[in-house]
Amino acid sequence: MMDELSLNILDIAQNSIAANATLVEIRITENDPADTLSIGIKDNGKGMSPEFLKTVEDPFITTRTTRKIGLGISFFKEAAEMTGGNLSIISALGVGTTITATFQKSHIDRQPIGDLTGTIIALVTLNPDIDFIVTYTVNSNEFLFSTVEVKEMLGGDVALSNPEVATFLTEYINENIENLHN
Amino acid sequence: MKSLAELAAIRDKMKQNATIREDGESTIRIVVGMATCGIAAGARPVLNAITAELAAQNVTNATVAQTGCIGRCTLEPIVDVIVPGEDIVTYVHVTPDKISKIISSHVKEGIPVVEYTVGAYEN
Repeated sequence: MMDELSLNILDIAQNSIAANATLVEIRITENDPADTLSIGIKDNGKGMSPEFLKTVEDPFITTRTTRKIGLGISFFKEAAEMTGGNLSIISALGVGTTITATFQKSHIDRQPIGDLTGTIIALVTLNPDIDFIVTYTVNSNEFLFSTVEVKEMLGGDVALSNPEVATFLTEYINENIENLHN
Repeated sequence: MKSLAELAAIRDKMKQNATIREDGESTIRIVVGMATCGIAAGARPVLNAITAELAAQNVTNATVAQTGCIGRCTLEPIVDVIVPGEDIVTYVHVTPDKISKIISSHVKEGIPVVEYTVGAYEN
């Protein structure tokens, strides 16, 4: 098990990267009146066949060739179901995959979101050529982070993996996430 | 509040430094295991500490990359430091507080931190 939901997001997004996605959209929505939290990870990677999709939540199914066990989706599903929520996967070959987990936000077993900034920075610094769009909504407040926008600012000469850029983005994202809850 | 417009200043600063790097030959690769096992064991804060230390110690000849599960999940987080022309050095059970020394000693000075390596762990 992962001990925070941001680690699940990082792990699930790794599947998108392995599926050759060029764009990964992460959407986190906290809705206090409905007492829900939802986390969606959508990619434009190679997608899964209907046959594989049926088996993908089984931890003993993986595309990995080194061993026969894959736990990423199982962990995320369990984290959602522990709170009375669920996990859904929509996928089509050649189109991409969307994984959405919903949680009862106030449930005692609901894991904290944790260090979402750390997850975004890890994804961005390791995959400077992939675009990430993160939309984090808390009730009526919204923060949108897009590497497309960051790349425009950097003008093509400096990579997102540059440590100074990453240091700046860490502070920038932290500030904005903090602001969402104010 | 910070604004993305501040990236323009970083861009200009980096452009001035660009001539002293990107020579390929001397680029050191730092590889972090980022499969489910690595992430669950704490690879993300390790990775972010590496990025932060590279900036803090002004290292410009190193790149950070990821790898998958190599089947030694109990040793995660695992970090390889690959200096061109040298043997790969594998650090195991890496934590963010070990990163500063790995960067300053190994990446900058070329001296591996032996006590953090898989060799030391397995002895």
